[in-house]
Amino acid sequence: MAVESNVIDAAGPYDRAKALSAFKLGDLTFYWITRLSAISVLLILGGIIISLIVGAFPAMKAYGLSFLWTQRWAPSADPPVLGALGPMYGTLVTSFIAMLIAIPVGLGIAIFLTELCPQWLRRPIGMAVELLAGIPSIIYGMWGFFVLGPFLANTFQPFMIKIFDGVPVLGAIFAGPPSYLSLFNAALILAIMVLPFITSISVDVFKTVPPVLKEAAYGVGCTTWEVVRSVVIPYTRVGIIGGVMLALGRALGETMAVTFIIGNSFRISSSIFAPGTTISAAIASEFAESDGLHQSGLILLGLLLFVLTFFVLAGARLMLLRLEKKAGK
Amino acid sequence: MTDLSVSVSSNAHLASQQPLPEAPAKVTVRNLNFYYGEHHALKNINLTLGTNRVTAFIGPSGCGKSTLLRIFNRMYDLYPGQRVTGQLMLDQTNILDPKLDLNLLRARVGMVFQKPTPFPMTIYENIAFGIRLYEKISKSEMDDRVEKALRGGALWNEVKDKLNASGLSLSGGQQQRLCIARTVAVRPEVILFDEPCSALDPISTAKVEELIQELSENYTIAIVTHNMQQAARVSDKTAFMYLGELIEFDDTSKIFTSPSDRRTQDYITGRFG
Repeated sequence: MAVESNVIDAAGPYDRAKALSAFKLGDLTFYWITRLSAISVLLILGGIIISLIVGAFPAMKAYGLSFLWTQRWAPSADPPVLGALGPMYGTLVTSFIAMLIAIPVGLGIAIFLTELCPQWLRRPIGMAVELLAGIPSIIYGMWGFFVLGPFLANTFQPFMIKIFDGVPVLGAIFAGPPSYLSLFNAALILAIMVLPFITSISVDVFKTVPPVLKEAAYGVGCTTWEVVRSVVIPYTRVGIIGGVMLALGRALGETMAVTFIIGNSFRISSSIFAPGTTISAAIASEFAESDGLHQSGLILLGLLLFVLTFFVLAGARLMLLRLEKKAGK
Repeated sequence: MTDLSVSVSSNAHLASQQPLPEAPAKVTVRNLNFYYGEHHALKNINLTLGTNRVTAFIGPSGCGKSTLLRIFNRMYDLYPGQRVTGQLMLDQTNILDPKLDLNLLRARVGMVFQKPTPFPMTIYENIAFGIRLYEKISKSEMDDRVEKALRGGALWNEVKDKLNASGLSLSGGQQQRLCIARTVAVRPEVILFDEPCSALDPISTAKVEELIQELSENYTIAIVTHNMQQAARVSDKTAFMYLGELIEFDDTSKIFTSPSDRRTQDYITGRFG
């Protein structure tokens, strides 16, 4: 006790309660700043949804649900005929093909970087992957337009068309003629663009696997492939799927590069080498010259993209839950 | 300190507690040296692990016990910059042969780690996983093998009703016995235990120790431990290591009653370490 009173005496006129109340004010301010930041997210999201619905309302009233399954897109007809089937199909197909390519390649890079790569090669490859994420999408678009498109149309596409000619189903998917601007071209560019997301997130989560767990797997005689497949990937599956969802979200909404190289055709063709369009590409290429019902239709397309993305991500989350149940919890 | 030699010699009669007869060598270590980069971690180690015997490795932290254990199944190979010289034989196989099939070696030399390491899958799969790496067997045979392994790990009665639960849902002690069962399931010849009980409560520890005793009927066992009583309880031979050197290697009863080296004496009586 004696010591305590000495301390207070030594503090002199210093009023501890007052000093603390000053902190309290700071604390309160801090609390409200963070709270408002969090609330602003809800406000912005709600605002966007409301303005989309308001903007899309005339088109919704004019076309109703048939907007979803009409393929024809004729904004200059009188009255305009608008259907979202083509862009929706293009969006889903390009994203699907892009993920089909980007997931194995992205995971492969991540596995190589964390499990197999010699130390001196790690930094260069890791940096290259990160730089890939830093390239503006317009540059991907130009590269796809001037380099990748012609290259694919002159080499890869004729090759695939020839191989699968006459094969049922596959023959229709890989049907000619080769084209500079196509769904496949756009999907490939998308795959390259989302690759860094998948790789860098996978690398980060792979590093969280405890070394002793990997050693235990090697200890029962696993090869590196078996360790990765049975231990590393199951252990990190939540993180990997998170990365994939992020990539998928990007692929669904990517606009600039896709608008350059997809060909902007609203017709649905069974061939992935045919031109097509996506929701975001359709909006980007037509919005500037649109008015009236046409503009409202484009806004409705935007709303659809919003809903589509929401459902795809919700579906991915559901899949994650089921995976967890299957692993036994 | 001078009275130590007296107490040692006066304890000498304890050493006559009938040590087991000398067993044929399973693992032979000759002039083994190990380097972590520049650091010389093991210096000229010579010893043998007897077939179906338990050999304990004791010594203060950092003396190289675990390092030595991790050479027996070439675990150090996973990390660059670690290298080894000398001779290390498992029966007639040269463990250090760079062309050796490591997966086969690790099937013959199993390892149980300090922390329980169940794989992120069901209890059943944790066991079946290792078996499937080497054998193609039917579902019913696999059920048999899994049950046998879990019995071998003294875990069957506790988990038989929840084989499809995650291995991670078990308690720490159960997880460790699951890992032992998993190791046994592959039918190795040698099992390495790297401080298997240091993360376990006393009851689980007793269970694991009992298990080690039972396993020694069929397996050659090496165990690293910081617990002197544990070494005394479970092992037939004990190796005392200090600063990367093998100071003394002898029958456990002799090490704990009349060690011939002064440093061994100091360590087991708790003067350092």
